[in-house]
Amino acid sequence: MPHLSTYVGLADHSERTLADSFRAVAQGHAREADVFHTCQLLAGWSDAHRERLATVVDRYGEDEVVEPERLHADGLAEVREGAVGLLRDLQDLHVLASLVQTTWTVVAQAAQGVRDRELLEIAQDAGVETSRQITWLDTRMKAAAPQALIVGPPS
Amino acid sequence: MLDRIADIWGERTPHARGTVWPARVDLHLTDGVAEQDVDRWVQSACLLCSNGCGCDIAVKDGRMVGIRGRATDVVNHGRLGPKGLYGSTPWASSPDRLTRPLVREGGRLVETDWETAMGRVVERSKQLLAENGPLTHGFYTSGQLFIEEYYTLAVIGKAGLGTPHMDGNTRLCTATSAAAFKESFGADGQPGSYTDIEHCDAVFLYGHNMAETQTVLWARILDRTHGADPPRIVCVDPRRTPVAEEAERTGGVHLAPRVGTNLALMNGLTRELFEHGWVDEDWVAAHTLGRDELRAVVDPYTPEEVERICGTPASDVRRAAAIFGESPNVLSTVLQGFYQSHQATAASVAVHNLHLLRGMIGRPGAGVLQMNGQPTAQNNRECGADGDFPGFRNWGNPQHVEELASAWNVDPLTIPHWAPPTNAMQIFNYAEKASIELLWISATNPAVSMPESSRIRSILSKPEVFVVVQDLFLTETAELADVVLPAAGWGEKTGTFTNVNRTVHLSEQAVEPPGEARSDLDILLMYADAMDFRDLDGNPLISWRTPEQAFDAWRAVTAGRPVDYTGLSYEKLRGPSGIPWPVDEEHPDGTDRLYTDFVFPTDTDYCETYGHDLVTGGAVTEQEHRALRPAGRAFLKGAPYLPAHEEPSEDYPLLYTTGRTAYQFHTRTKTGRSRPLHDAAPDAWVELSVPDAASLGISEGDWVRVESPRGAIEVRARVGQVMEGAVFAPFHYGSWDLDGVAPDEQDRLANELTMTVWDPVSKQPTFKTAACRVTKVRDGDGPAPAPTTTASAPARVGSVPDTRGGPPSGSHVLADTPTYPLDPSQES
Repeated sequence: MPHLSTYVGLADHSERTLADSFRAVAQGHAREADVFHTCQLLAGWSDAHRERLATVVDRYGEDEVVEPERLHADGLAEVREGAVGLLRDLQDLHVLASLVQTTWTVVAQAAQGVRDRELLEIAQDAGVETSRQITWLDTRMKAAAPQALIVGPPS
Repeated sequence: MLDRIADIWGERTPHARGTVWPARVDLHLTDGVAEQDVDRWVQSACLLCSNGCGCDIAVKDGRMVGIRGRATDVVNHGRLGPKGLYGSTPWASSPDRLTRPLVREGGRLVETDWETAMGRVVERSKQLLAENGPLTHGFYTSGQLFIEEYYTLAVIGKAGLGTPHMDGNTRLCTATSAAAFKESFGADGQPGSYTDIEHCDAVFLYGHNMAETQTVLWARILDRTHGADPPRIVCVDPRRTPVAEEAERTGGVHLAPRVGTNLALMNGLTRELFEHGWVDEDWVAAHTLGRDELRAVVDPYTPEEVERICGTPASDVRRAAAIFGESPNVLSTVLQGFYQSHQATAASVAVHNLHLLRGMIGRPGAGVLQMNGQPTAQNNRECGADGDFPGFRNWGNPQHVEELASAWNVDPLTIPHWAPPTNAMQIFNYAEKASIELLWISATNPAVSMPESSRIRSILSKPEVFVVVQDLFLTETAELADVVLPAAGWGEKTGTFTNVNRTVHLSEQAVEPPGEARSDLDILLMYADAMDFRDLDGNPLISWRTPEQAFDAWRAVTAGRPVDYTGLSYEKLRGPSGIPWPVDEEHPDGTDRLYTDFVFPTDTDYCETYGHDLVTGGAVTEQEHRALRPAGRAFLKGAPYLPAHEEPSEDYPLLYTTGRTAYQFHTRTKTGRSRPLHDAAPDAWVELSVPDAASLGISEGDWVRVESPRGAIEVRARVGQVMEGAVFAPFHYGSWDLDGVAPDEQDRLANELTMTVWDPVSKQPTFKTAACRVTKVRDGDGPAPAPTTTASAPARVGSVPDTRGGPPSGSHVLADTPTYPLDPSQES
């Protein structure tokens, strides 16, 4: 199952990138109190997904297959300034979270195929929480966008 | 005659379960005026808490000289509390009333005329609209105005300007109440009624020190607990309040969860209902959604786990859950201990869950009262001058927006509905960044009442932000304004408002406002006229001129909504009692309680919101909501407990929580100008537990410094009834009555220490969860200025002189109790 192991590795890697990026946005936009606290909370969810995955990763290993490496998205090492910067950073988090979510979708499918109930449950639970991360990002972007785009100072 | 400072709740009128609450008429007249000297009595309702007691204002020689409870009113059956009796009228003739508009000239506020003051507002407003559009405008209003004023402001903001930046200080007091209703039942609206008190077997008060915040409602409960077949009281509060004492006296329970852990306790109580088979599974299956998910969420919260998190003994959790699970009828009330604390909406929703799991809703005695902090907070939520749409409409439902556009005859795109209306914390955030450049504040004092007050003062002082303040007095906020508009207050103008219990009252003008002060409605109309807002046909957007016309316009937009006012009129409200909505063709006399048919306003096309993730605040989409097919079923929603945003640390080892006292209201604008109320609670204090005081070397009355990472206060210490590890500070005390002390020089304002953080769903700021440290500054020379009659009583009874000294106040119990419309105790 070389490709399943690749995707287990991708799940782990992309969750780590997402967690780190949530934390970077939290710190970088700490003056936005809700962004600061919620991003830290959501980073913790991604950490927890990785911890659960670690319990089954031995079964599959984390193959370093070259080709799907291209799927790895870069995280946010540093954040942008201001209201439009926040909007763009939230959009970047949304892209990263979407990669995580589709990864869990395909891992769940494969887990079902190999009848690994434990992995299936992990992938499904993590997928649900990733959706909740994305929902929050959608909600927060919608709240931030008009002010940032219409009356925000030039960035 | 009674001293109602010493005797907060007045004479008991005990009565048995299921019988009507007797009438007792309370009266207070100032200046030695006797009842027969009064020229006339003018119908109103009290504004000094959220209870909404019906009253008459005494007028003599063109002045308001006192107040009398209305025996025939369903809310109070004649009673009034100390704040209402002693505080309702003295402020009106206070020599420091604002009587002329002020404008800032060379850094100072100087008197001017209305034309100049309003001219500056309009000039700035038009300039900003031309440059950057309506999103430059923010309105921060109140829980103290009338329906007519909120609705007019809502139309100005949403249809005239088109700004989403409108909210009230209701965000600080009652937003969680509204949010919790919407999450559980699909729309705002108090399910229960005060008449539930007469029929319940237990009362659960969650973070609700009713004995101080709604003294007349507490008197109603005391009249049950002192009568035959009394209910048991269960109190959730970190302080040993009078409610907690009554819980012990009635064989109930006082649960004192560690500050910030309410949700863990609620999850534990919920789990107990499942574990012991106290869930009415058939009812739940027929009328709710989400049972299994809730069961899973609460599963880890065993009584022992609750004890570990909250510090409340597992046996007490079991006992409280058994009272809830086994009593035939339970009434629950909720207030700031939940709303202003961590995980506010989730904890308040959990109260609904308990009732829904037992099918205990929609019948006398089995009710929920999510309380309000302010007398007209409900109307801000209804009329849409806060973060809501008029008539409990859903901003995310295009049909609802179309209804408003049609009523106002404007393009639906004028009405900002691309995202939720902006909450108060975010409005101030935009002002901080100067992307809101005109901030109009009416009848509220954010410089004192909002969290992290030094930050708020710096925002209000920003030169880029043009601040308009409309108020009775030169408050700490008004001092920072660019334009100050003198407003008429209660009794000086006419309008309607609605209490916690959905009961609508008419408050008539009794006297003329002082000087050039104008009603808030007239001020808003003056602005609308000058801005020349027009509808699609070129007619004035706002066609009304009088309060009654404004009320009729409001009534029309409520048609068919849960908050239906169509059957009300000024004429009807001039009757013997306030009337609870909905009032329509089907319910011409109003409605005592909602959901008697167990049908909730959750239908996707009807609901006020599609709901939120209680943990993150992420919004449920219309499609997701529709897929659930709620169709009138209520939602059971749960969330896990999470640690608070700021936990005690080595540097800040104690928990800091703020609150109120029975004798003061908000920032004391009115109560601080009443001699008896002022004297009862004249200055700030903090409460420490006996063990904490001992370990810090602090005695009663010592001056202490209380610090958080954001600021500090220096006040006197009351060694009192707060739980170990927690520090309580009343939030009322700003600087307006400190001679020569500027707002940024004072050192007694509780909000200097609080955090800028808010609930993810209700966006209500968290005033009750922060960390602090306390150090002794110097010895005191007497006891702390904290009342002894309330939760601030000293730990050692009799160690401090009793709080007393209210002028004589009349009170007599009526031999024949009037007949109250809709009262289930009097139905034959």
